[in-house]
Amino acid sequence: MQFFFEVLIAGLLSGVMYSLVALGFVLIYKASGVFNFAQGSMVYFAALTAVGLHDKGLSLWLSVPLTMVVMVVLALLIEKIVLRPLVAQPEISLFMATIGLSFFIEGLAQAIWGANVRALDLGIEDVPLEWVLEKANMAISQFDLIAAGIATVLVATLALFFSRTKIGRALRAVADDHQAALSIGIPLQHIWGIVWSVAGFVALVAGLLWGSRNGVQFALTFVALKALPVLILGGFTSVPGAIVGGLIIGASEKLAEVFLGPYVGGGLEGWFPYVLALLFLLIRPEGLFGEKIIRRI
Amino acid sequence: MKFIKQALVVTALAAAACSAYAQEQFIPAIDYRVGPYAAGGSGFFGGAIDYMTLVNEKGGINGVKLVWEECESEYNPTRGVECYERLKKKNGGAALVEPLSTGIAYGILDRVAQDKIPMTTLGYGRSDAADGRVFPYVFPLITSYWDQAAAMIKYLGDKAGGLDKLKGKKIVHLYHDSAFGKEPLPVLDAYAQKLGFELIKIPVAHPGNEQQAQWLQIRQAKPDYVILWGWGVMNATALKSAQRNGYPREKILGVWWAGSEEDVIPAGEAAKGYTTMTFNTPGNYPVLDEIRKKVYAAGKGNLEDKSRIGSVYHMRGVTAAILWTEAIRKAQEKYGKGKVMTGEQVRWGFENLNVDDARLKALGAFGMMPPVKTSCLDHEGSGAAKVQQWDGVKWKAVTPNWITGDKAMIRKMVEESAAKYAVEKKITPRDCSKEG
Repeated sequence: MQFFFEVLIAGLLSGVMYSLVALGFVLIYKASGVFNFAQGSMVYFAALTAVGLHDKGLSLWLSVPLTMVVMVVLALLIEKIVLRPLVAQPEISLFMATIGLSFFIEGLAQAIWGANVRALDLGIEDVPLEWVLEKANMAISQFDLIAAGIATVLVATLALFFSRTKIGRALRAVADDHQAALSIGIPLQHIWGIVWSVAGFVALVAGLLWGSRNGVQFALTFVALKALPVLILGGFTSVPGAIVGGLIIGASEKLAEVFLGPYVGGGLEGWFPYVLALLFLLIRPEGLFGEKIIRRI
Repeated sequence: MKFIKQALVVTALAAAACSAYAQEQFIPAIDYRVGPYAAGGSGFFGGAIDYMTLVNEKGGINGVKLVWEECESEYNPTRGVECYERLKKKNGGAALVEPLSTGIAYGILDRVAQDKIPMTTLGYGRSDAADGRVFPYVFPLITSYWDQAAAMIKYLGDKAGGLDKLKGKKIVHLYHDSAFGKEPLPVLDAYAQKLGFELIKIPVAHPGNEQQAQWLQIRQAKPDYVILWGWGVMNATALKSAQRNGYPREKILGVWWAGSEEDVIPAGEAAKGYTTMTFNTPGNYPVLDEIRKKVYAAGKGNLEDKSRIGSVYHMRGVTAAILWTEAIRKAQEKYGKGKVMTGEQVRWGFENLNVDDARLKALGAFGMMPPVKTSCLDHEGSGAAKVQQWDGVKWKAVTPNWITGDKAMIRKMVEESAAKYAVEKKITPRDCSKEG
């Protein structure tokens, strides 16, 4: 039983890391109704820029805020060059644009900083908490606990931002209908610029944590794959949904890998979350916390 | 008269151009410098190109200069095959090809035999391709995965106090859930049965950036050793996960694709004490100094970051290029010194390589790699490896001599597997006694 709980806790903590990436997707989806294919590339770009500046001699305290400035500039450029010409176009056009954007951002990151693998030390030790190990014989990483704390603060802040601020409400209106939002005076460009900047910030946080865990390398773009089932489960429009979805996906994939894996040859982690998400889709297509859309015909 | 003069000048220029062209041996470089495996691709091909530049700086191979063209595959088999098709006939035809990717190697396996272009697969690819009777154009030079796995067991046995001491021990094979990760399983299974240790197989789904479930299973199983058969981000993640689960890194033995600076530096302190296999002895060698002096000092170096000279991937690239150029040199001995060789002739060179210690000394690479002696029967040429350990700053060899596993057992497995492949593909194996 103790091992079951150890696996469960490890899964929940991993799930929080997935949620961090999923949050970026939710933000863009809420503002434009579009799945941002480039979110994984943004995570990589942000982490590589931060570590690249750090390698040039800047302290992390300086390189991280500077990277945030870069992410804001990137967001504004995306809004001006990619999104603005596509206002009121079908959502699929915007989605296709984000695919192109993804390749562009990946290439840009490697062109500026090179493709070498880099280490990132945030000063948080990724070792098991000794007293938990002694008392409960469980290996719970202090890095994972801190990452969970950061994710919780981020989710709480963003949830408040969307529900309690004028910009948050405007953002929801934009997501519902671009043209209707424009007609009642909501500055679409302004809103998109803000949202992409916030998504850039979330990408930076996710990139720093994932980069510190596994090294800053191209594979950071793959963490987006872990966010997909989280989004399907939690709902594409819900910030708390991203965290709950992450927890469910993280816990279930770890439990499946450890307890079902030996019977089917292992390697379940790659596909199990997608199967789970698919089952959820059949029962609740909008996800656990997604908005139920009723269309009149 | 004017017309005749002009015609003569044009003919002379064309002849000069043809003669210059005739003295160039073309080698396509199907590499990857961007994408998830860029660190391996840029380091390896950087080393190979640096060595070929050095050979050219010293006058080429008996006056024949080496030329190459890079094609970015991004480690993608489809792109790799496209690169091969695009480059194979360029500049008079490719002398050899080295894709540095099992996927691409599989994609062009049949094509190289049809096009008569030898393919080297240094330390990767099909292990049974060591049987030259069935795979005349494939050269898994130095050491294949199967021989590496056998050398791993030999090393772990030595560590335990003898192979017989492995009886009753637990060894985890933590592997990339792909053909690459599964390749050593027949050898490890055979050893487990022969020596009586328990082999626990734990796959990691691609790309391997999350391994907590696997390491919890390892923590639960309390194995004596963990064999890490990883690639790319999986390696650093494994080391970090081992640390967070309190598993000693000294007990982890990695495959050589998990043993570069790029695998351990991102893992930081978690990598200290970690051991891996290698077919290069870490350190500095005269050939590397020569590259620094004659290539980089002249501004012709391939790597932007000079600190990567002599790194694991760079040295592996230099090693590959040494074997390529030695094969061309050998072919020239038979088919004409100072002449450009065809793929078929270079294939003969690869099949008759004898890069012994004396030759390695002359090349400034003594000790850097094991001696390589190939034949029609044996396209691998060595089967030896070493073990290196990361001390937090650099790799250090922990086995002073080259180690090999049960070569007879591996050879038997190679021949059985190759024979099966020959039946499947309707290949009539060559009779090596008739080969010149």
